[in-house]
Amino acid sequence: MGKNIDVILSGFGGQGLLFAGKIIAQAGLIEGRHLSWLPSYGPEMRGGTANCSVRLQDDPIGSPLITTPNVLIAMNQPSIDKFIDSVVPGGLVLVDSTLVPRIPERDDVTIIPVPSTELAEKHGFKKLSNVILTGKLFAETHFCEKEHLQEALVRCVPAKHADMLEPNKTALAVGMEL
Amino acid sequence: MSEKVLMKGNEALAAAAVRAGCRFYFGYPITPQTELAAYMSKKMPKIGGTFLQAESELAAINMVYGASSAGARAMTSSSSPGISLKGEGVSYMAGADLPGVIINVERGGPGLGSIQPSQQDYWQATRALGHGDFRMIVYAPSTVQEMADYVYLAFDKADEYRMPVMLLADGLLGQMMEPVVLPPEKKNLPDKPWATDGHKGKRSHNIINSLCLQADELERMLIERYKRYDRIEATEQQSEGFMLDDAEYVIVAFGASARIARSAVVQARAEGIKAGLLRPITLWPFPNDAIKQTIEHAKAYLSVEMNMGQMIDDIRLAVNGQRPVDFYGRSGGMIPTPEGTLDALKALVQKVGE
Repeated sequence: MGKNIDVILSGFGGQGLLFAGKIIAQAGLIEGRHLSWLPSYGPEMRGGTANCSVRLQDDPIGSPLITTPNVLIAMNQPSIDKFIDSVVPGGLVLVDSTLVPRIPERDDVTIIPVPSTELAEKHGFKKLSNVILTGKLFAETHFCEKEHLQEALVRCVPAKHADMLEPNKTALAVGMEL
Repeated sequence: MSEKVLMKGNEALAAAAVRAGCRFYFGYPITPQTELAAYMSKKMPKIGGTFLQAESELAAINMVYGASSAGARAMTSSSSPGISLKGEGVSYMAGADLPGVIINVERGGPGLGSIQPSQQDYWQATRALGHGDFRMIVYAPSTVQEMADYVYLAFDKADEYRMPVMLLADGLLGQMMEPVVLPPEKKNLPDKPWATDGHKGKRSHNIINSLCLQADELERMLIERYKRYDRIEATEQQSEGFMLDDAEYVIVAFGASARIARSAVVQARAEGIKAGLLRPITLWPFPNDAIKQTIEHAKAYLSVEMNMGQMIDDIRLAVNGQRPVDFYGRSGGMIPTPEGTLDALKALVQKVGE
């Protein structure tokens, strides 16, 4: 896969999907590429899934709303069920397999189960499944330069949560090495 | 020049307004524009400005009237149902020749409608937001960068022509993040010798008022005001062309729809259709001159909107029956796709014939 990615990140509110999307977008900003980040803000947020669309490409971006992603990051069962059929053939699907018991089958896309919630807990930080999956996305696609993704993470952790920077860095590294 | 940052459209509107010298913001929360008010609530107290969450939209727009009367750069923002409530106050501002910036981050209507993006307030913005003979300049940004650039310009134009200026966006542009370079902090704001500010008896009283009971005098004032509107129509039209120079099929689209239409144009060209995009940036004054320049080589026009068909009226007025004008849109908060737009364009090509 090239460096142009159309990612849908989806899961429950609170799993840090918007944050993970921001890291990806920020990496694009550092590289001076065209990008867009669009959160769902509709009534679906109160139900099964919250999601966020991130586009990263070399040409100007038309619609920021992604309907046919080439990458899906799914962090709960309703998300994978909702979006699996929309992924383009040849696309990549990363699934938090700790939280998704039933992974649907498709033979024209690459589906990679990652026990990211379990891995996060094993490393002593409960909530960084999102960042581990972001690291895994890099390992699979190399959608940007490694140091730009690391710099993006630093920029995205707000000053008031500075104590979370080290755990985030570790989580990203864990994902990159999977 | 400041550095490129990632910002939501709503935040870029607020940050650029502050840099344009806006020090009075009055609003009432509503999705999908709330981030704008949230930004102002944090920023204004730090820079000696005023953020006030009013008890209603009516109160907020009348606070803009008051701050503007005193010579300040003032702004309010809302989304569609809230903008309807502000209509009365905006009419009063127009009648009193008061500058001010009104932001509408549109959602699906009518009524309370949905909270998803729409462009259903085109008629309201360009025709009659309130009662009476009056106009507003209406800017329709299409990127987060333009959200910043045009709100910045809106304050200047509002002061230059002493009239309310609207920035018409939608939930998609408000919620999305893109890279943006914020404009510099504006120094040396224009003098306002008409303002009702304190002067310690050094000049005669200024009066700000929209009431004029003498019909002949009111008519005289309207004729004078319309000379200003004529000047705006002659000099303030803004639009952008994309692959337009030889276009046989011209899509006309603004704001978020224009982004989608642009993708459709690229696809159509790849398939051998000579398509182009004309993107109005000012909705009033409508870019009639730019439309007229395309008539010679255009076979037909397609208006692409997130509503049931409103701007198509203005395209038809500009084209004046010389070419067919068709419509494609989604409404209620649904967003058109490049594929759907391309299909509509192909249907138009078939109908008009090669």
